[in-house]
Amino acid sequence: MFKNLTVGRALVYAALLLMAIYYLLPLYVMLTTSFKSLDDIRAGNMLSLPQAWQGGAWVKAWAEACTGVECNGMQGFFWNSIKMTLPAVAISTILGAVNGYVVSMWRFRGSDALFTMLLVGCFIPFQVVLLPMAQVLGMLGIANTTTGLVLVHVVYGTAFTTLFFRNFYITVPDELVKAARIDGAGFWTIFFRILLPISGPIFVVCIIWQFTQIWNDFLFGVVFASGEAQPITVALNNLVNTSTGVKEYNVDMAAAIIAALPTLFVYMVAGRYFVRGLTAGAVKG
Amino acid sequence: MSASPSQGRLSALADRWLPKLVLSPTLAASLIFVYGFIAWTGWLSFTESRLMPRYDWAGLLQYQALFENERWWTAAANLGIFGSLFILFCLLVGLLMAVLLDQKIRAEGALRTIYLYPMALSFVVTGTAWKWMLNPDMGLQKVMNDLGFANFTFDWLVNPDMSIYTVVIAGVWQSSGFVMALFLAGLRGIDDSIIKAAQVDGASLPTIYRRILIPSLRPVFFSVLLILSHIAIKSFDLVMALTGGGPGTSSDVPAIFMYQFAFTRGQLGQGAASAMMMLFTIVAVLVPLMYMETRSAKRV
Repeated sequence: MFKNLTVGRALVYAALLLMAIYYLLPLYVMLTTSFKSLDDIRAGNMLSLPQAWQGGAWVKAWAEACTGVECNGMQGFFWNSIKMTLPAVAISTILGAVNGYVVSMWRFRGSDALFTMLLVGCFIPFQVVLLPMAQVLGMLGIANTTTGLVLVHVVYGTAFTTLFFRNFYITVPDELVKAARIDGAGFWTIFFRILLPISGPIFVVCIIWQFTQIWNDFLFGVVFASGEAQPITVALNNLVNTSTGVKEYNVDMAAAIIAALPTLFVYMVAGRYFVRGLTAGAVKG
Repeated sequence: MSASPSQGRLSALADRWLPKLVLSPTLAASLIFVYGFIAWTGWLSFTESRLMPRYDWAGLLQYQALFENERWWTAAANLGIFGSLFILFCLLVGLLMAVLLDQKIRAEGALRTIYLYPMALSFVVTGTAWKWMLNPDMGLQKVMNDLGFANFTFDWLVNPDMSIYTVVIAGVWQSSGFVMALFLAGLRGIDDSIIKAAQVDGASLPTIYRRILIPSLRPVFFSVLLILSHIAIKSFDLVMALTGGGPGTSSDVPAIFMYQFAFTRGQLGQGAASAMMMLFTIVAVLVPLMYMETRSAKRV
């Protein structure tokens, strides 16, 4: 490779490497800080490696750190987030699949307008629905519960999942469905026998997108479940921003990594689909 | 399948109604939870609601109070500063990286993975990490001091005049890789023959990018603008985790204003009015952008 290494190309590589360092630096700082003792943190600076690698901050972040009045660490809130994310992702993805199937393959008079009407839900700032939602969750008796959060995420996630599946299914040739209908196949037969078998990639994209969005959500979590049922993002914020006593940066960083692990893991395993989801459903932001 | 005539009619009937039936729960949810709730919030913004919602008409009272509230204008100004710088730097960094990565780079996949991973993180995690790194005593400042720059100070996080710029730094770190991915996808979608033709004509690589490739990314520009302004207007978690809107209210943004008035200060009417203002802002920004996006997409 050195044969055609001109000055220009060297500069390109240098710039790209510099950018890579810029993006990796926070991860490096988080990881090394989480393995330091507090004295170690004060003695060195944030770029120095730990003098002795210690896992104490991780144990504390997982099981003992205070997130308000309670001091049980992040563990309970990690499970809260899992109990919230898995059903919300499953329900919104299934709804999105059948909705997308209808608005692409079974268009009826007015269905395009209805789809546009649905899409508006992707663009609104959620602040504009928070107050009524809080009232309704209270009336239903599911305020401050994981069930309530699942409902909220399904309601506001389905517009995106519908968009994903619709954009995928309109690329499927019409003839396929027409031929099946002439052969007498009905609505569900066509869906289960013809479309579902080819829908693997879009399911992966949609599930990854929804998983990341719902796991990372903070707004709905902090407004609708700020107590025992709070998701991990809210707990992390409470842990970091409740200032009682000495600030334990190592515990903060360990907790932040714990909160980030599931989505980072998904990104590492299925990054290809992750990028596709971002570009397809990017409007959510 | 040899269905009897009556069965055939039945399934034809089912096929006419099933699609509508399947779609109806989502439509009903959208009507109630999106449109109904917007109307509900709108109504609340015209009442005197404080701790509890009240529904008697009070005219523009809440909006008047909002516009006389200095804190609201701080939040609005911060959104302007944060939004424009965030969008500008994301565009610059994203475009630059996309162009550089487009030069048949070795290990392009690995670099892309590195540039894009912040997008998988929660804004709360990003805020927590940068809060620590920008810490005036022990973060970046100490690194520079240890390197020999004894007088280097970096106190933006606790400086009311500068705190909003820390949000820009963290926001650009999180979102610029994503902009890169969109631009890179756009560059890869351009027909190679255009580039070859320009090279034959003797155009240099920078000229080709400046005059041909980047202008043809117009539609991508509009979608990126759309996405980034959407992120900016809604930004809430990043500010909450990084500065909490402080010091004081110096890095307040409309989303935080709305949250605090509606849910911690018991001023529902103010919360509703500020939420409606956020909705208007989104509409005012997104509608022209969408219009331009569809127009430029048609032209290309």
